[in-house]
Amino acid sequence: MNDSPLTTLFIYFATLSLFAMGGANSAIPEMHRVAVGTMHWMTDRQFGDMFAISQLSPGPNVIIVTLIGYHVAGIAGGAVATIAMCGPTCFLAFLVAGVWDRFKDAPWRIAIQAGLVPVSLGLIAASAFVLARVADSNIYAAAITAATAVMAFATRINPLWLFAVGGLLGLSGWL
Amino acid sequence: MSHLDPPLLAQTERPSLGELFKAFLIVSISGFGGALPWARRMIVDQRRWMTAEEFNEAFALAQFLPGPNLVNFSVVFGLRFGGPAGAAIALIGLMGPPLIIVMILAVLYAQFGEIEILGRILKGITAAAAGLLIAVTVKMAAPLFLKRWNSAPVIALLAFFCVAIMAFPLPWVFVVLAPVSVGLAWFKR
Repeated sequence: MNDSPLTTLFIYFATLSLFAMGGANSAIPEMHRVAVGTMHWMTDRQFGDMFAISQLSPGPNVIIVTLIGYHVAGIAGGAVATIAMCGPTCFLAFLVAGVWDRFKDAPWRIAIQAGLVPVSLGLIAASAFVLARVADSNIYAAAITAATAVMAFATRINPLWLFAVGGLLGLSGWL
Repeated sequence: MSHLDPPLLAQTERPSLGELFKAFLIVSISGFGGALPWARRMIVDQRRWMTAEEFNEAFALAQFLPGPNLVNFSVVFGLRFGGPAGAAIALIGLMGPPLIIVMILAVLYAQFGEIEILGRILKGITAAAAGLLIAVTVKMAAPLFLKRWNSAPVIALLAFFCVAIMAFPLPWVFVVLAPVSVGLAWFKR
């Protein structure tokens, strides 16, 4: 029985990833339960800070697992946790996508695809709603959200400019 | 045709592995508060590698596999356009840069432990990111709602209502709604 922290990290995140329906954000409460409660890897405060750092970093939100792994076992821990979280599901995506493209014209595939799209859209809309509710703690933040939504929909402006405006207003302490 | 209406046919030209890597790298480092809007902007609006509907379909597939959505999407997209090497390249482009950035942030945090200023900036960026996600949701929903009436918009609104308003656990919403939706799609073929 190998109980090195790297093995523990790998087994935990590989298992978690296969149950993480709906992406990394929906798995965060479960990560919190294990990292703070069951395994005592970190305090509540440290977990909260890691969540904030993962949000500060660009890229997929799943990057929080890198921080947890790094905290537990250094750079190797960060790498192992990330590979465990992404590896098995990427392999699954690889297999499914291959089958999916091969049966492009099969009736069952067309029906599944047509059926999944509206559910997927509803879930994306729900995450937009949840993100806006968390971010818009006051009227100014809500105004930034509304202005960005209109600009991003109606113009070709690079959204990074809108992010820069939001960031500056945040820095100024208005939000 | 305005820029709000993506072309009916995507370009048939396949991106090279280098282009794939660059595209996912840009999506990744732009993606504060979620990378989905950036992926759609890159693939549908700018490079025109997929139509709006093809993107919706590929993303829906990625979303219903377990694990991080956009990570799955990079594999689905990379495999379709560049085979196994494409899948690996897209995944590395998406995950590599944030991995390095987040490690640097972690070290800085361990040194200084002070992320209050960054946190304030982030608050503003998150408010903007929410707006960007709303805009992309509307763009993605357009093909669904502009079609002749069918059950799809009802399913989409129901999924939204269950998760956003009722806060039902996502797997349950999926397990109940997806088969219903697929069944409806099957019978109206």
